[in-house]
This record gives sequence, structure tokens and C-alpha cells, in this order.
Amino acid sequence: METKHITTPFGGDDKGSGKPRQQLTSGATLVNRYSIQDVIGVGGMGSVYRARDLHFPNVVKLVAVKEMINMAPDPLVRQTIVQNFEREANLLATLNHPSIPRIYDYFSHDDRSYLVLEFIHGKDLETVISDANGFLPEDQVISWAIQLCDVLAYLHSQKPDAIIFRDMKPSNVMINHNGDIMLVDFGIAKTFQTGQKGTMIGTEGYSPPEQYRGEATPLADIYSLGAALHHAITRRDPRLEPPFSFAERPIRRINQNVSVEFEAVVNTALQYNPQDRFPNALAMKDALMNVARKTGTLDKITSALPVSSGGIKPMWDFKCEDEIRGAPTIHQGTVYVGCYDNNLYAISAADGKFQWKYPTDGGIVSRPVVHDGNIYFCSEDQRLHVISSRTGKVLWTYYTEGKIYSSPRIADGHVFFGSEDQDLHAVNATSGRAAWKFSTDAPIHSTPLIYNEMIYFGTESGSFYALDFRGTLKWRFSAKRGITSSPIIKGQAVYFASLDGTLYALDAKSGWAIWKFRLGKGTVSSPALADDYIFIGASDGFIYCVDTRTAKEVWRFKTDNQVSSSPAVFKDSIYCGSVDNNMYCLEYRTGRLRWKFETKGPVTGSPVVFDDIVYFGSTDHHVYALFA
Amino acid sequence: MADFFKKLFGSKETPTQPKVIDNATTAPLSDQQISSIIASQLPKYEIKQLIAGVGQSVGKQRDHNEDSVMALTSTISGSSENVPFGLYIVADGMGGHQFGEVASNAAIRLIGGSITKKFHSFLYNMPTQALQESLQEVMEASIMDAHQYIQREAPGSGTTVTAALVLGQQVTIGHVGDSRAYAVYADARIEPITRDHSLVKRLEELGHLSQDEVDNFPHRNVLIKALGQGESLEADIFTIPFPQNGTLMICSDGLWGVVNEKDIFRIISEAPNLHRACQSLVEAANAAGGPDNITVILAQLIG
Repeated sequence: METKHITTPFGGDDKGSGKPRQQLTSGATLVNRYSIQDVIGVGGMGSVYRARDLHFPNVVKLVAVKEMINMAPDPLVRQTIVQNFEREANLLATLNHPSIPRIYDYFSHDDRSYLVLEFIHGKDLETVISDANGFLPEDQVISWAIQLCDVLAYLHSQKPDAIIFRDMKPSNVMINHNGDIMLVDFGIAKTFQTGQKGTMIGTEGYSPPEQYRGEATPLADIYSLGAALHHAITRRDPRLEPPFSFAERPIRRINQNVSVEFEAVVNTALQYNPQDRFPNALAMKDALMNVARKTGTLDKITSALPVSSGGIKPMWDFKCEDEIRGAPTIHQGTVYVGCYDNNLYAISAADGKFQWKYPTDGGIVSRPVVHDGNIYFCSEDQRLHVISSRTGKVLWTYYTEGKIYSSPRIADGHVFFGSEDQDLHAVNATSGRAAWKFSTDAPIHSTPLIYNEMIYFGTESGSFYALDFRGTLKWRFSAKRGITSSPIIKGQAVYFASLDGTLYALDAKSGWAIWKFRLGKGTVSSPALADDYIFIGASDGFIYCVDTRTAKEVWRFKTDNQVSSSPAVFKDSIYCGSVDNNMYCLEYRTGRLRWKFETKGPVTGSPVVFDDIVYFGSTDHHVYALFA
Repeated sequence: MADFFKKLFGSKETPTQPKVIDNATTAPLSDQQISSIIASQLPKYEIKQLIAGVGQSVGKQRDHNEDSVMALTSTISGSSENVPFGLYIVADGMGGHQFGEVASNAAIRLIGGSITKKFHSFLYNMPTQALQESLQEVMEASIMDAHQYIQREAPGSGTTVTAALVLGQQVTIGHVGDSRAYAVYADARIEPITRDHSLVKRLEELGHLSQDEVDNFPHRNVLIKALGQGESLEADIFTIPFPQNGTLMICSDGLWGVVNEKDIFRIISEAPNLHRACQSLVEAANAAGGPDNITVILAQLIG
């Protein structure tokens, strides 16, 4: 990421480059946390490094560290520069879009400031263009262009001020290992170009005419996108040509394979007068979608991108002796998962090697929880087990009077879980002594949700309870059939589904129903949330995406059998298993299939995604680790 | 960008204290910033009190009022605590049509009536069973009732309606037409909650109009959806958290089309209470010519 290749000139006049700038060397450590591995790019203000985050000792978590060297001689100016840097870092941290790298951290030290970002496996578009043998396929460029319009529209829609990217060019576009684009280099470096008021920001060749007059508007980004697309589809680098001379290099004269329609879109974006271009990025996206539809590329785009189906190879798999129906937990490089062979397994997350197992007297569907170095989980042997994560030896157990399918939740020094004995149990997390029990009218399979000193859970008779920390009933809601699904909360609404085939949104404080969404059939799946969307599987075989504000369906995805697994969200994808034996990865905004992975048995357990790896168990007795 | 940052964290809190940067390891965020971020993210379940004010005027250039308004503020006693309840509706009858005021009046009565009927036993009686429908279902059914009534009883007329049902700290909005709901925050942000169903807005969304053209569009009052108009009606129905530390404003175009957002914010923040704020907003619209009927409701959750 952030690859200014050493051979690539950085845009603009590189002032002050006469001074020597010392690069960090491999093995150096920043703030006792980021171990520098390599230089991956050099910019005008410093270098970009690949580094390992040492806070994750058991896994290799890579980050990109962008360095900016403050060379202003005047202390006041230096201070302003650091403040600007911090302001920009804060602004970036508020952005949330799949095509924008996440900001993890920033810090300043001596005369240098550092920004720690998501490391992106991939190549920048400039390299892709120059490495290609011949022209890039049009449908490929269109699909990138559509994604670029999306991310520009996102930036331009920021409130109260639109964010203008100002520097849309192929070297600022990364293509990741999924073939999706990431927009990098948010101009942080430019705040370090000191004392040049009204500096023209942007790279010559890609910048629109008005940017030379100091105007930066969303329409300027549209022009630059047009210029980048022109470069990508013609392989003619605009930096080597006179400014604004695209009209003298008609696309189809250089590359006859390009459709008339696509050429027209690029030409519209490149209009000299801003008002002759697309009015906004979404309009340009619409135009691109129309081109894709007309030329039939849309089908190719949607089907070309998924990595593969069935072709996915697991990183590792681990065989147990019976079915796995629960979800694993990942903690400090170890996967903990319960199995119907009565054992809790500890498996190395990196390579799937067996570490230890702990036997109980019943099947385990409950998802383990790690707390203070100990593992808490429940079993059909009616007990809550607490064992040491280091040794796998039991510390204490707690008996209930029924089988336990609910997963424990820990808050405020207590463990909360439901049991078939119809009680919700609150147990002291250190002593193992019962704090209180709350009796209901039916077995509890749902995992309690603890939020703001409230406890929410459903029962198999269809009651949904809200208790306070003392175990006092605050309110109760009745669904028409059992609630096995575990609740989830966002803002002030609590969400869960029922075997009555309804996804409910209740006011967390009062229990009033805000909305109800009808699923095709009942479900035991628990919902997951991202942005304004809620995701859930149902026994009609669909995975649903519903808007949490309007209760309208956004999309649904059909699998070939019931979906009892609960979806997990990671970056811009959701992951969910189905009784049709597959684990699915869908793009969460559209429901488009990214990949699926077939096991030899129904996948009823729920996946967990951690550090770009999906972990889940199947009824084929295996635990799998796949690249997300 | 500086402005953005200022607004993001509240203007008072911009960290401008000079720092010595040499050898300094900078802290990412100040305590103040962190606490304001946390406050905005963690909704507290403390009991809040709902208060509201209403303002209305026929304006300076019309001789009769086609706007209708309802504001009802109460609490519902729950098993453990009282839950704020509010029902706020603004309807603006369509001027070009006959019986504009009939339509807006019917909308208020029917929507207000059927929603309060649903809550009657919770507000005025001892409830025997929980409400069967969800809040969004209640809102949608009441709007459809009013739509059909207006079609039947006052054919040819139409009205906008923007209704907000507050229960606890959630607001369920039902919206048709170009009356508007806004969230007005203490740091001068004014965020529209509803989207106009008007021709000018549609053209703007499609990208056919520039801001200048939007401001001078000759057919600004043409609606593409109205209660009582058209066979099928799809109202916008959604639920959002009540604006945290802010004011919910519902108004007709007699206010939003005449008084700019900056003045609206100034008037609300300077007024000693919500009633006065409503009065001053109406006065401001009249002072600016009062070309249309003016209706405004302001509501806050305090405490």
C-alpha cells in the first residue's frame, strides 16, 4: 500500500530534498510496537514501511507505517504541521468504507510523524498497467471504475464538508488480492509541504483545468478519475503528454477493443468545463453501469470477481471425532472450539496443530469465552466449565439442572448463561458461586446479551426477557414461537429472530416493538449488524439483509438448504454456513457471492473471522481455517 | 478540513494549545474529545423527559390556513419506569387543490386518532395485553387509512404529512411530501431526517439541477407524492434514535423555505424555551415575507 515506487517520481516539486533523510532499517522498532520489515515505497516526505504489529505476538499482523519527516526550520510552522497531521489522521479515522484502508494508530516522535494503516496485499494500478502485456480488458477497468465512483461518492457525501480526494491517479489505487480497489494516500503528506499557500495539489496530467486555479470540487475528482481511466485503457501516461490533451488521443484510436459507450463515459468525465462532466460520482457510476449492461460486461463483472467456488483451499483443517455445531473463539493465537465428541479443543490458529483437549461428559455447542486467561464454556453435561487457557486444566465447574446450549457471557465479574432447567444463571466469574438465578417458563437456548447493565435473552416458549444486573425483570416481550436466536443490540434497539419466522426490532429500554420483518420460515440463526444493515439466516434457505431503519429487505441470497448458522461480518463481507454443506462469503452491501467452500457435512455452526481468517466447524467433524 | 474537525468535536474543544513537538510523543485524542465521542456512542438508559413547543401562523400573504398540526406529549407508565411518549404531526394541504385544509385536517385527525387509539389503553387505561403491531406497522396503517379517507371524502385534494411517534428514546417517522423533520444539534449541525417528495428534489437527486438552479427552480412546490393523491402510496417509514443532545424539528415549507438553517439554529439556541423558540421561528418567517402558512414543532428529550 501507499506504494510510491522508488522509480516513480513523486508529484510536484520535491522541495528540500537536498537534505539527507534517514530511512528506518529492517528490524528497527517504533514505539516498542511496530517492527519494521521492509521499505515498500518512498514519497516526498518520507518512506512507507511494511511492519509487524508486536501487540499480536502469536500471529503475524502486518501494517503499513507511513513516515513523514518534518523539515520546517521554524518551530511554529513545525508545530502547525504536526497539528495538521493529527487533524487529518483524526479525519481519516472517521471514514469507514471498504475501499479506504483503516487507520490503526498515529504518533509523532522527534521530527517524524507516523501513521499506521491497514496493510494491503496487492499492486497499485500504475504497476498493473505497466506490467500488463497489452491492454487491460475493458470489463475489468469498468468494474474498477464503478468501485472508484462508489468510494468518491462516499467521500463527496461526507458532512458537513465533502472530502475532495484531489489526487486520483493510478498509483493511488491499489488492487487487492480479491481484485477489488482500495484508495490510498489521503494527502496527509501534502500537509507537510510547508509555507506554500495555495499550492496546487494533485498530480500533473491527471488534474483538471480548474485545479490549477486552486479550485477543488467533487467535479475535479471526476475529471481525474476520467484521466486515470484513460491511462488505464490506453496505456498512455498523461504525465508524459501536454496538459488537457486527452481529446487529442481518442481512446478508440489507440485501443479498438474499447466500446463506444465506455469511451463516451470517459470523455464526459474529461470535459474541460466542470459543468459538462457528470454532475457527481453516482451519476458517473450509473453511466458506467449502463455501459456494463449494454455491452454485457455486467454479467462478467459479477461473475468474474468471485475468487472461485470450490477452488478455495483451506489454510488448514483439523479433525475431531464428532460433529461441530458451535462457534469457535480465537484468543492469542489459539482456536478454542467445542465438539459433540464431548471435548473442548485448543488448536493453534496459525497451523491447525493440536495443543490440548479437555473432556466433558456431554456434547458442546456453547461458544467458549476467554476471560482473565481462563476459558468459560458450557456442555450438555449440565455444567459450566472453567479451565486454564495455559494448561487446559479445570479450575471449577458449576452445575445446573439441565443441559446447556447457551454460550456464557461475562460482564462485571459475573458469568451469565441460560440452561434447559429454565433458569438464567448469574455466577461469580472467579469464585464460581451462584449470584442469582432468574426462573422462566421454558428452556433457554439463546445466549444472553449484556449491554448497559441489562441482560437480554429469549426462551424456547417465545418469551423475550430484559433483566437488570440484580436479576430483576425490566420488561418482557412475547413472540409466537420459541426464541433460540441470540439477541444483538445497536443504538437503542435490540434485534433477534424467532421460530415464528419473524425478525424483531424492540426498543431496548421499554420492549416496544419498533418493527417486525417476516422471514420465509422460522429460524434459530442469530443476527449480525453492519452499517444500517442486519443479516440473518432462516430455515427457508435464505440469508437476508434488512435495513435497520426502514425494515425493508435490501437483498436475500439463496442457499440450497436451511441456514441455522449465524452470519459474521468482516470488512465488506459476511460469512455464513448452510445445511447445504457450504460456507458462504457474500459482499454485504449487495449479497453478491464472493466465494463458497464446501465441506462434507451441513455447516450449522457459526464462523468467526479474525485477522483475515475465517474459522468454523462443520458436522463433517472438521474445523476449517480459510482466508477471508 | 479545519471546520470539519471543529464541528466534529464541538468548536470549544479544538486542541489548539501549543505543544513542544521536539521529542514529544503526541497523544491521539484529548480527554474531552474522547468523552464527547463516548457520550455520542453510548446511549444511556437514564430517564428522560420529553418536552415540546408548537408555533403556527397563516403567514402574511394567504388568507386561510391549510396547515394542520398535532402535538401530544405524555408518558406511558411502564413496569419499572415511565417511558416518554410523544406524537407530533405536521400536514400541509395542497394549495392548488380544492379543500387543501380539509385534507391536512383529515390527515392530522385520522393519523393522530388511529395512533392514539392504539396507545389509548396504555395512556388512559390499564393495558391488558401488549401492542400486537410494531410501531412502524401502526404508523404505516394510520397513514394508509388517512390516504384512503382523503381519496374518498375529499377527492382531488392532497396533503403532505410528516409524523413523528416518540416512544422512549426512539422516533418512528412517517413521511409523505415536502414538510420536513430535522435534527438540530447544539453544535450548529442541522441534519434533515426526511427527504422531500418534490419534483425539485428529485431533479436534484438525479443530478439535473445545480444548487443555483435548485434555489431558483420555478416549480418548487410541485410534489411527486402526497396523501390522497394517486392509487398506491408508499410513505417513508423508519425509526431513528431521538437526536442526542438535540432538538427534533418538524415544520412545513412556510418555515424551511423562508428562513435559512443558520437563522433557525440561532433562534432555537437563543430562545429561553421551546415555546418561545417556536414563536420566534414563526415571526422570522413572517418577517421574511410570510409567503405561506407556517407550522413548526420543536421537541427535546431533557434530563
